[in-house]
Formats: sequence, structure tokens, C-alpha cells
Amino acid sequence: MTAIVENKPAYDGKELDLSGKSGARAFKNVLATVLIVAAFVIALIPLIWILWTVVSKGYHLLLSADWWSQSQRGVTVRREGGGAYHAIMGTLIMALITAVIAVPIAVLGAVYLVEYGKGTKAARAVSFMVDILTGVPSIVAALFIYAVWITIFGFNRVGFAVSLALVLLMLPVVLRSTEEMLKLVPDELREASYALGVPKWKTILKVVVPTAFGGIVTGVMLGLARVMGETAPLLILVGYSKNINLNPFDGFMGALPTMINQDRTELALQPAADRVWSAALTLILLVLALNLLARLVARFSTIKSK
Amino acid sequence: MAKRIEVSGLNVYYGDFKAVEDVSMTIEPRSVTAFIGPSGCGKSTYLRTLNRMHEVIPGARVEGKVLLDQQDLYATGVDPVAVRRVVGMVFQRPNPFPTMSIFDNVASGLKLNGVKDRKKLTEVVEASLKGANLWNEVKDRLDKPGAGLSGGQQQRLCIARAIAVEPEVILMDEPCSALDPISTLAIEDLIEKLKDKFTVVIVTHNMQQAARVSDQTAFFNLAATGKPGRLIEMAATKQIFSNPTEKATEDYITGRFG
Repeated sequence: MTAIVENKPAYDGKELDLSGKSGARAFKNVLATVLIVAAFVIALIPLIWILWTVVSKGYHLLLSADWWSQSQRGVTVRREGGGAYHAIMGTLIMALITAVIAVPIAVLGAVYLVEYGKGTKAARAVSFMVDILTGVPSIVAALFIYAVWITIFGFNRVGFAVSLALVLLMLPVVLRSTEEMLKLVPDELREASYALGVPKWKTILKVVVPTAFGGIVTGVMLGLARVMGETAPLLILVGYSKNINLNPFDGFMGALPTMINQDRTELALQPAADRVWSAALTLILLVLALNLLARLVARFSTIKSK
Repeated sequence: MAKRIEVSGLNVYYGDFKAVEDVSMTIEPRSVTAFIGPSGCGKSTYLRTLNRMHEVIPGARVEGKVLLDQQDLYATGVDPVAVRRVVGMVFQRPNPFPTMSIFDNVASGLKLNGVKDRKKLTEVVEASLKGANLWNEVKDRLDKPGAGLSGGQQQRLCIARAIAVEPEVILMDEPCSALDPISTLAIEDLIEKLKDKFTVVIVTHNMQQAARVSDQTAFFNLAATGKPGRLIEMAATKQIFSNPTEKATEDYITGRFG
């Protein structure tokens, strides 16, 4: 086998240019790098600014146990004291009801679009409607529920009505993200399951959805984060109450966005201003806590890799 | 286990496009049958009609008969899900379920069809992994994810998963094309072993592989791009590779085209 290289050709003497980047290319490279880093920093500035302002102005009220256990009952704008318990619970209760209604509809809708309806007229219609719903401003959703819940059915302004309006806002967010996650599940996995004689519905339930589970949970969290900060439906569909009310079907309810709104007009007064910043920080922390919780759920629901 | 497959006058369509035309053949039980032919000649498409897997693609349909020991797979009232329980399939790229452990991957066919008896599942998983020559490599880490194995191990895991449901027939669609030579050899050894119990049909681009593992070989070809693929010749592997009847077969196996 060593004889193969007998007629080794001579070097042709031409030297190739391997010297690398030319001046113009090096300049473009630096320019692009600077632009990209600058864009990143500019995007970061408002984020850090907001976080810094909210944390530095809002943290001290959060350190007291009262903040987490008391309501604002009987506390006027000029007085210090009281807490955000009523608003935290109100926000959580309304968000929970919203999620309980919106998530099943959104996930089942996404399953229909990806697994059953693909390419059909019905699926295109649903998809189009979801796009429209995505663009509906929160105040329009709130007024729609007002028209149905209060004008037509004659019910009162209660927390549940807010949840209904929030469903309209959460549904398209969760449906779209779930749809994207289901699309990412490779067809090979579906075929592997079919080849074992597993029916389609069971394939979706036991193979497709579990594979996409982490992504679906993230989508639900994005949706929740969006609706927990919504203010218009709260203003229109339930009055702000300084008292603790845990019943979404009766009476006004506190919520963090409306608590911020309540004291917003009195920012010249220190106790009111403090409460505004603290309520804002609490809302951010609440969303963050839910996010972490969801990540834990997603992690424990899949098996650990090595 | 292991049943004879008799196909007569089979045409396969994707919408209006005829992909495979007029295939008739008999596939013997407890033997390995290889399908060879150039890319796009319809051999994978045809293979997928043997367990009605092509129906997953919208618009795909079939004319003709596929008999599994005299039962027509395309008769009215036949449930494709039931067909796939008796005709299993292994795919080109290893596709273990990423959310499941090694154990659950092998047990998935039974579990998803409602078997809950832990003892039975444990027995089947062990027997199937042994049957797929994988037991010794994974017996200490059955609870680890199947996706953490090497490509060749993953493919044997998929074979274990396919034989765990005790099918009559196993279809393999280029099972080694994503694997290195050593893993390929492991799969080929396994195919040799599988034919003791199952009817095995394998699509391959590797003619040496067809010559090594199969008892019968079928050569598919198409007249031109856009024309349907046809079965050119089917015979004992030895004959196909030493003395084929058709000129096209000879040209193909000697590498003069395709």
C-alpha cells in the first residue's frame, strides 16, 4: 500500500492568499459588533432602570409582615400602615379563575389546529379569529364583557366578570404559544407511536403533549403575566375595595393594578407614594414567583437527564 | 407469530400523483426481505402501505390488495390502528420518546394500549431488550432517558420498542442509514436473529447490506422522474446478486446507474 504515492506531483510554486480578513471586512466586523452590543445595552437600560426604581422605592414596605397580611381597610391616603393582602389575593383569585377557564380551551384549540384541522377551512378560520383576538385591546374585551355580563344578564360588577374579560386576553397568547410548541414536536415521534398501534388521541395525550409540556407551561406563564397586570377590566368590571374580599361572585375586590391606581393621584403624599411603589414591586414579584413555580413543575414533570 | 404477506396489484397515490404502480409480491414468514432501488423509486412509500402508515400523510391512498395470511388489510372495517399492532415499524432515524426513560420507551407500546401489570411490563422490557441485543448495555440505567443513548443504541431501543408489542411483521425503513459501521453491524446481527420469530422487511440503500442480511430481494425502479415506481424483479437474494433476470437490476447492482 505504500507505493501509492510514487508519482508525487511537484509543488506548483503558487502561494495561496490565506492572510485572513481584509481591512474593509475587519471594519465591517467591528461596526456590526458595536451595533449589536449597543442595541443590547439600549434594550437593557429601561429594564434595569424600571427594576432599580421599583425595588429601591418599594422594598421597605415589603419587609413588614403587615404588608403581606393586612388590607387597606380604614387607611386613608395620608396615613401609613395597612398592607396589600386584599389586593394580592384579589389578583391571584382572578388570575386563577382566568387560567382555569382559558388554559383548557387554548390547549385544546391548539391541539385541534396542529393535529386535526391542519389545512382545513375551519382551522384557517379559527387561526384568523385568534389573530384578531390577539389584537383586541383590553378595554374592548372589558367593555364586551360589561355588555354581556351587566347589560344583558343584569349581574353585578364582580371579580368573576374580570376573569371572563381576562380569558379573552389570555386565550390567544396561550393558544399561539402552545400551537408553536406542538408544531416543534417532530412527526417521527407521532409515527413511532402510531407504529406501535397506539390510537391518535392517545398519541397526542401521552407522547405529543408531554414532549411539548415545558413550552406549554412557559406559554401559560406568559399569558398569566400579561393578564395579572391588566387594569382596564378591573376598573370597568369590578370596583376597587380596600377590604379583604375572597368571593369572586359577590362585591368589589382589591387587585394590585387597581391598588396602584388608587393611590396614584396622591403621589405628593409620602405614604400613598410608598404604597404605589410597593404594590408595583409586589406585582413583579408575584409574576416572578409564578414563573419559578412553573419552571419547577416543568422540570419535575420530565425525567431527569443524566 | 410471523405471517405471510401477499400483495397484488397495488397502486399508491399521493393525491393525484401515482407514486407506486402495480406491485405484486409474496413476502415469506420468518425470513428477511430487502427492498433496494434508487432514491425516489417508491420503496419506502410502498413499505409504509404494508402497515397503513402512509395514511398519516393527507391525500395518500391505495388501490389493490395486501393480504396478511389471507386477511385483507384494506378491507372495509379494518382499523389501521389494529393493523399497526401486528405490523410494527422501525424508522430511518432513531426516534425514542424524549420524555420517557429507557424502560418506559420499551414498555410504551403496551402501556399506551392499557397494560398496567408491572410484573408483566418488567418481563416484556427485559425480554425485548435482550431480543434487541441491548440488555447488557442498559440494564443498570433503565430509568435514564432513552434519548441519552448513542445513535446505534437508540436504534436498538426502537427495535426493542417495536418487538415489545409482539407484532407478526417488522418493517424497517433504512434502519442503519444514520448509523456508523459498528452500530450497523450490531443491527444486522439483530436482524438475523429477528427472523427466527418475525417476518422482517427492510428497505436499504446499501446493497452489501441487502446481500448480507436478506433471503429475498426486491428491486424497485422508476422509468423517469415524475413517473411511478415499479417492482422490477424479486427473487432469492443470491440470484438477484449473481444472476438477475432483468438488465436494469444488473445495471443497478453493479453500480452502472443509480
